[in-house]
Amino acid sequence: MRNFLSDRCVSLKPSGIRKFFDIVSEMPDAISLGVGEPDFDTPWHIREEGIYSLERGKTFYTSNSGLMELRQEICNYLKRRIGVEYQPAGEVIITVGGSEAIDIAMRAMLNPGDEVLIPLPSYVSYEPCCILAGGVPVTIELQEKDEFRLKPEQLRAAITDRTKILVLPFPNNPTGGIMEKADLEAIADIIIENDLFVLSDEIYAELTYGDDHVSIASLPGMKERTIVINGFSKAYAMTGWRLGYAAGPKEIITQMTKIHQYCIMCAPTTSQYAAVEALKNGDEDVARMRESYDGRRRYLLHAMAEMNLKCFEPKGAFYIFPNISRFGLTSEEFATQLLMEEKLAVVPGTAFGDCGEGFIRISYAYSLENLKEAMSRIQRFVKKLEAREC
Amino acid sequence: MREQILRMLEKNSRIDLKDLAIMLGVDEVAVANEVAQMEKENIICGYHTMINWENTSQEKVIALIEVKVTPQRGMGFDKLAERIYLYDEVETVYLMSGGYDFTVILNGKTLREVSQFVSDKLSTLDSVLSTSTHFVLKKYKEHGTVLAQKSKDERMLMTL
Repeated sequence: MRNFLSDRCVSLKPSGIRKFFDIVSEMPDAISLGVGEPDFDTPWHIREEGIYSLERGKTFYTSNSGLMELRQEICNYLKRRIGVEYQPAGEVIITVGGSEAIDIAMRAMLNPGDEVLIPLPSYVSYEPCCILAGGVPVTIELQEKDEFRLKPEQLRAAITDRTKILVLPFPNNPTGGIMEKADLEAIADIIIENDLFVLSDEIYAELTYGDDHVSIASLPGMKERTIVINGFSKAYAMTGWRLGYAAGPKEIITQMTKIHQYCIMCAPTTSQYAAVEALKNGDEDVARMRESYDGRRRYLLHAMAEMNLKCFEPKGAFYIFPNISRFGLTSEEFATQLLMEEKLAVVPGTAFGDCGEGFIRISYAYSLENLKEAMSRIQRFVKKLEAREC
Repeated sequence: MREQILRMLEKNSRIDLKDLAIMLGVDEVAVANEVAQMEKENIICGYHTMINWENTSQEKVIALIEVKVTPQRGMGFDKLAERIYLYDEVETVYLMSGGYDFTVILNGKTLREVSQFVSDKLSTLDSVLSTSTHFVLKKYKEHGTVLAQKSKDERMLMTL
């Protein structure tokens, strides 16, 4: 038989955590801090609204772009939270999670050979989506000393005359790093000067600790060159509902809608009805969850300091990204030994790009009791490693 | 800071003050002082354990009694409420708006004990006009906590 596989698809790297997932699944008393989704249930009033929509027989397709009511609520939300006005007809599309929005935005914009700047470490889908869309990923290695922010000189150095898109993944998974207004201002000029376009993945926008999230779309001259990607998964603990959206210039949203229409048709109808309720009446839920994450974030940072694991203070998402390089192990070795010896699963930093070497991602989307037990395990492990060194 | 402490303690009164301080990003001594102060001001009125007696061999009967009364001159409802809540078996007393005046929640060992309390003690009070007793059949949720089986973590063990 011929080889029926697409070279492009075969060239994509497999997931960096498959191996860990398999081991930890076979370990009944293992604790995992490796989950990238909230530990909260979707608030009941939101679930109830989804159920009610089913009872009312809302079981059909919606328009390709999504329910008008939901798009309107999203526009209200974006105006209220990031201070940018969008038109519900034409400038917003409801997608199957933020992930679909990333994919169709790349496909709507890239021509063969166009370069996409991807700051790493970051979520794993930008690179494959770019490659599948015929683009060329160009990585920018974010530095711990910069708190994993994108610095203007790094951006400048990565730009070529083929550069088209800059991906801005902040607040960041896995580092927890954020871009504050001043950081964004420092790169906005370069973006405009070089006529680039920004894919701003703001899925963790509601989860910042300290100042509110600032979107690059809110800076002068940036709305017309930014697609804002967001969704319901992290803010409202709705991962399984698979619902996200993109907002941006009409010309691009129109092309994205074309792709979406052919491959997806429309985002799940039940989820869309639930999301309307989330946007209308979910602010308090978000505040409650944020407060809870913030406490656990402080708890983990304190635990890191106590065991002398270097860790910059993340101000977003629900991850910490401690530096484990002093033990002379690779991230993967560290994570594997930690799992085998103490039955604690974390994600090696390299799962998010080669420059994640020397780091591990620890999620704090877990109860305090869980985190406590996990911290005592990691502390025991660190002590063992330190003893081995001497 | 007070509201934050209260929100955390309300969910878990056994939380280590040290952990509480870490999670709030403040000094442990400051948290301890604040808690002590709130105890003094009667904002924090006690620390109790939530027990699902149904899962023990201990028999318990819980009754909710609606009580209609005539308020006493010069005393309003308070004096009367006191005469009711001073009984040890009375767990809760609320003054209500609407169709009746007091909600009294009673913790008894047996049905007989509860009915005796109502007929001998409560109904015989001068100002009590009528009572209506409802027995609790099953507790589903109390104090914001669902009493049924603890839910387990349904998430995939590792996701990026």
